[in-house]
Amino acid sequence: MTIPFPTLNSPPIDQVGVVQRAKRFCTRSIKNESKMQGLKMVLNMIDLTTLEGMDTPGKVRQLCTKAKQVHAAVAGLPTVAAVCVYPNLVAIAKQELLGTSIKVASVATAFPSGNSSLDIKLAEVAYAIDSGADEIDMVISRGRFHTGDYRYVFDEIAAVKEACGKARLKVILETGELGTFDKVRLASDLAMEAGADFIKTSTGKIKPAATLPVTLVMIEAIRDYHRRTGRQVGMKPAGGISKSKLALHYLVMVKETLGNDWLNNQWFRFGASSLVNDVLMQIVKQKTGCYQAPQYFSAD
Amino acid sequence: MNQSPENQWPLSPALESQDHLQLEKSYGLFIDGEFVSSTGSKKYASINPATEQRLSRITESTPQDVDVAVRAARKGYDRHWSRMKPSERGKYLFRIARLIQERSRELAVLETLDGGKPIRESRDVDLPLAAAHFFYYAGWADKLDYAFPNRRPRPLGVAAQVIPWNFPLLMAAWKIAPALATGNTVVLKPAETTSLTALRLGEILQQAELPPGVVNIITGHGNVGKALVEHPGVDKVAFTGSTEVGKTIQASLAGTRKRSTLELGGKAANIIFADASIDQAVEGVINGIYFNQGQVCCAGSRLFVEESVAQQVIEKIKDRVQSLIIGNPLDKNTDLGAINSRQQLNTIQEYIDVGLAEGAIRYQPEAPLPDEGFWCRPTLFTQVSQASRIAREEIFGPVLAIQTFRTVAEVIQKANNTPYGLSAGVWTNKGSKIFNLSSQLRAGVVWANSYNQFDPTSPFGGYQESGFGREGGLHGLQAYLDIH
Repeated sequence: MTIPFPTLNSPPIDQVGVVQRAKRFCTRSIKNESKMQGLKMVLNMIDLTTLEGMDTPGKVRQLCTKAKQVHAAVAGLPTVAAVCVYPNLVAIAKQELLGTSIKVASVATAFPSGNSSLDIKLAEVAYAIDSGADEIDMVISRGRFHTGDYRYVFDEIAAVKEACGKARLKVILETGELGTFDKVRLASDLAMEAGADFIKTSTGKIKPAATLPVTLVMIEAIRDYHRRTGRQVGMKPAGGISKSKLALHYLVMVKETLGNDWLNNQWFRFGASSLVNDVLMQIVKQKTGCYQAPQYFSAD
Repeated sequence: MNQSPENQWPLSPALESQDHLQLEKSYGLFIDGEFVSSTGSKKYASINPATEQRLSRITESTPQDVDVAVRAARKGYDRHWSRMKPSERGKYLFRIARLIQERSRELAVLETLDGGKPIRESRDVDLPLAAAHFFYYAGWADKLDYAFPNRRPRPLGVAAQVIPWNFPLLMAAWKIAPALATGNTVVLKPAETTSLTALRLGEILQQAELPPGVVNIITGHGNVGKALVEHPGVDKVAFTGSTEVGKTIQASLAGTRKRSTLELGGKAANIIFADASIDQAVEGVINGIYFNQGQVCCAGSRLFVEESVAQQVIEKIKDRVQSLIIGNPLDKNTDLGAINSRQQLNTIQEYIDVGLAEGAIRYQPEAPLPDEGFWCRPTLFTQVSQASRIAREEIFGPVLAIQTFRTVAEVIQKANNTPYGLSAGVWTNKGSKIFNLSSQLRAGVVWANSYNQFDPTSPFGGYQESGFGREGGLHGLQAYLDIH
């Protein structure tokens, strides 16, 4: 028997209304200076990510170089926000990024399925933090969530948060496995109540990953939580965002839903890798008036 | 922290171009398939309400012009339209629909210039819906026997159609498409402030090679409309506009053989229950009252919120109102454009003063407004009573009157306590509540967990002083047919 989780009172979410509202953000036309400013903001909010079974120190070093110097040909570009890797590669990334302001984020807690014991998950978090991680991206136990054992999911997040110490905790809901917006809303509320510093859509391993509608549901939860408690929580859509135009529409949505306070990489991130070069291509296009071939941008 | 760009992110202007749009310095009347001069010489300026600049000069039709137009419509009926095979009539309508689609950018820009509505709305709502109406009724043209089996539907003859300024081209489409599909001919009078898209529609009808006299377009003020509906050569009157004018029209038609449909004012109730999806309901409220600056007959101008969530809902509405962009209607990012005319702006402002005098609490965002043109900030009033004039009378502007309620029975009673009855909105997560409300609310349209959803297949029209007759769908055909 599962124990009903007593304290949450998440509102129902109307799927049709959410999709309609999300579409409306896509009609915003972002031109000229606002486009340039937006593109730089996007670049600065990216968690440059590699989460492959075949990741090696060499691959991670290359990625870190890209993080520091996204495109040497254009002066004055911001760096990305963080580099996101598996725990066993945190030390390499930390070493490469020493002396920069770029954070090292590590997935943990039996990523991506989350199907392991709490002890093992906590040990993995400790390992990542000992190796130098500034941020931990955990996954919730979706199986437990679907059985209605919200107390377990809550306690697990709270335990991981405690294990994080000073490191910021991003809680991945894996919305593609939750099924409805009602459940996305409930999981968002639960994660924030349990102490999440960020809530994040996806691992990137499941489709659908981040979408505008699901991100809207989550940032509306953040808005309500902030209004109720005064605590600011960050948002990270991850997976499926590879084009600048879409990324800019995410920013419009954040600006019009959460406000300017969330328009920086302390409170908003994109989990992405191929997005970087599309943004760079657009920046160069804005500066020079013409698109350059992909060969001019480093592929990592 | 990493390098972070500054914390503000204003959107740069994103103006829709208008270079492709050519306007005449002055327009005549569209009668018998040609643009002709009036028998009189009176013209008046059509201005852009966002800048107060003159766009063109429009003809004030004389009573003789009206007569000529009605005779042309009769001739068009006798010689062409009533003799044509229904499938051929359908082809013309399909052709008009396609031409509207092809020229939709030009028409959208013109609609925005002439009427003040945001280009996003004219581009994404008015134009697609106008084309959709022609497509929909084109399909019915040769299927009327199937629509009314064993009833031998016959056209009425000449239809006089008088339309308002809030959706000029769309209302023209709502009127013309079913009339032509059913075999009637038309004399259309657009509103005096917004005649340009109707006149451009005249060009499209020429381009479609519609036979002469089938559609005639005459311009001018209220007296022209009056002369048209009172003309003895008219068989059917279709009017969309204010309840006040609607009543005069109905009085003037009493005792004549003319058939009529009137689509008049409204004071719609939008009802939010505590179990609703609150954020989506708030969005529906915003769409309900600020769409087209609230100049919509079915605008959700009365909001009823269940008391237990009222504070939360009102805070969210205020937040959302803050994010609305007000300004140049041609900017693709504009959410609220200009009010259609100085006269309408004055009416709205008077009602805002009335609301304040009645003791309601006003809220408006602090957005700067342009110097020229007619502008009104999105406005909401809390602590409104059922007895307040702002809760009883149609304002036709971006002004929302918010009341609270406790029980289902109470809100049904309050929502129905109005002389109008055009539309209503219900927001709840419970299906049974939706069925209960939609059967008890006396309104022509009840939207559930949505608002302002329009489709040519769906009939639209009112109860009580919101008028009678339905436009759209199968019902829309009936208004133009003799089926008895």
